[in-house]
Formats: sequence, structure tokens, C-alpha cells
Amino acid sequence: MTQGSGAGDMTERPQRTKLIGGPGMLLVWLYGVMVVGAVSRSVYQISTEFDRAPLAYSLSAVAALVYAFITYTLVRGGETARKAALACCAAELVGVFVVGTWTLVDPSAFPDATVWSDFGMGYLFIPVLLPLTAIMWLRRSRTSSVTA
Amino acid sequence: MLDALTIATSVAALALAAWCGHAAFRDQPTKDWHFIGMAVVTLLTLVQLVVGFVQLGRGEDPAQGTTLFVAYLIGSACAIPAAGFMSLAERTRWGSATVAAGAVVLAVLEVRLFDIWSG
Repeated sequence: MTQGSGAGDMTERPQRTKLIGGPGMLLVWLYGVMVVGAVSRSVYQISTEFDRAPLAYSLSAVAALVYAFITYTLVRGGETARKAALACCAAELVGVFVVGTWTLVDPSAFPDATVWSDFGMGYLFIPVLLPLTAIMWLRRSRTSSVTA
Repeated sequence: MLDALTIATSVAALALAAWCGHAAFRDQPTKDWHFIGMAVVTLLTLVQLVVGFVQLGRGEDPAQGTTLFVAYLIGSACAIPAAGFMSLAERTRWGSATVAAGAVVLAVLEVRLFDIWSG
């Protein structure tokens, strides 16, 4: 049943670049995990103990929003979504490096960890690796859709 | 929490990760046997969910808070089914890779569950 409806989608919108085929599926899964992790973490922390580390928890919430948006664009597909995802991945990468460096240079500003602390070490460095892989995949998606 | 159950689930998750990772490496999609493996691991996480709730019901408290504990219990029960459905939609090696990644995530969640329960 799922395969039938998927094929129907493709015939209705043949011009939309599919971003979740092949390696894209793995990316969507990893981004999905980061969304669930970052959203639940920031909701929990902001609602229970926001005063303890407002900066860290706000940054976690921003990270959660960025992850959610990238996941949405990947699932939606299409050229505009691909460009938006590319921009967000770049922003995400910059965020990881800025926050990562910030946490190392000035640890006192962060009484508690964010998703992007120490370049995402608490998350197996996935926050650093994910945008890099995603940018590679999104750039390749354009070239393959042009040749196809 | 039952330490033995947490360890069993982690080991099963890592085994599933290796198995599906191997399938991805050999350029194969997930097959019936992989789904049986996923079902076994999911069953373990469901047992864990029940055991966790029973222990909470008995008045035992997780060291790092009940909310966090319940969130991780639910998350660990959802990880493999979600990855399994995605591998049904993606009938290539990348579907297998997704399940392998899901199983690794589950193993990490188990470690966190262990920490949250015992402090």
C-alpha cells in the first residue's frame, strides 16, 4: 500500500527532486533522531529549570528548530527545499563551530551542556558530521537531477 | 531497572546494528530475517517499558528524574520500529544502513537509561 501511494506521488509531481532516496533516507533518520532529541531536551529544560542556564537552553531550542526545518525540507523535496536545506545545513555547521568553540573558550557561560557543546561530543560528534554529509548529499542531488 | 534486561537489550541492539550494517555493506536491502531481528529487539524494549512502569508504580524513583526516564523508555521503544518502517520505504542498501543507525541509537539510549535510573 505504501509503495502504491509513493508511486502515485511521483507521477503527480515529476518535477520535484526527491531528496529522501538512497542515502537521503539515512540522513532523514539521523535528522529525525536529532529533532526528537533536541526538541524534547529543550522543552524539558526550558520548562523545568530555565533559570539555571538560559543561554545553553535557548541555544538548544534554536538547534532543535534548525533540525526540524531541515528534516521537513528533506522530506518535502524539490529545488527550493533543497536550497533552503543547504542554507540551513551551512547555518547549522556555523552554529556547531561557534557554540563548540564558545563552550571551550568560556565554559562559565554554560552551566549545563547544549546539543552543540564541545562540537557535539555528547552526541558522538553527530552534530558536526551530519551537516557535512548533508551538504555533500544535497549538492550531489542537484547534479544527478540535472543529468537525469 | 533490571540491569540484566538493559544489558541484553543493548547487546541485541548492537548485534542488529552489525547484522544490518553487514547487509548494507553487501549492498542488500533488509529482508524478512532482519525484520524478525527487529521484532525481537523491539520486544525487548517493550518488556523494558513494562518493567520500567511497574517499578515506577512500586514507588521506586529514577536517580535523574521520572520525566526523563519515561521519555527515554518511550524513545527506546520507538527507535527500531521507526527505522524499520523507513527501511520498508527504501528497498536498497540505504534502508539497511538506516536500521543499523537506528540500532546504534537504541544502544546509546540504553546506556542513558542505565545512567538515568542509577544516577
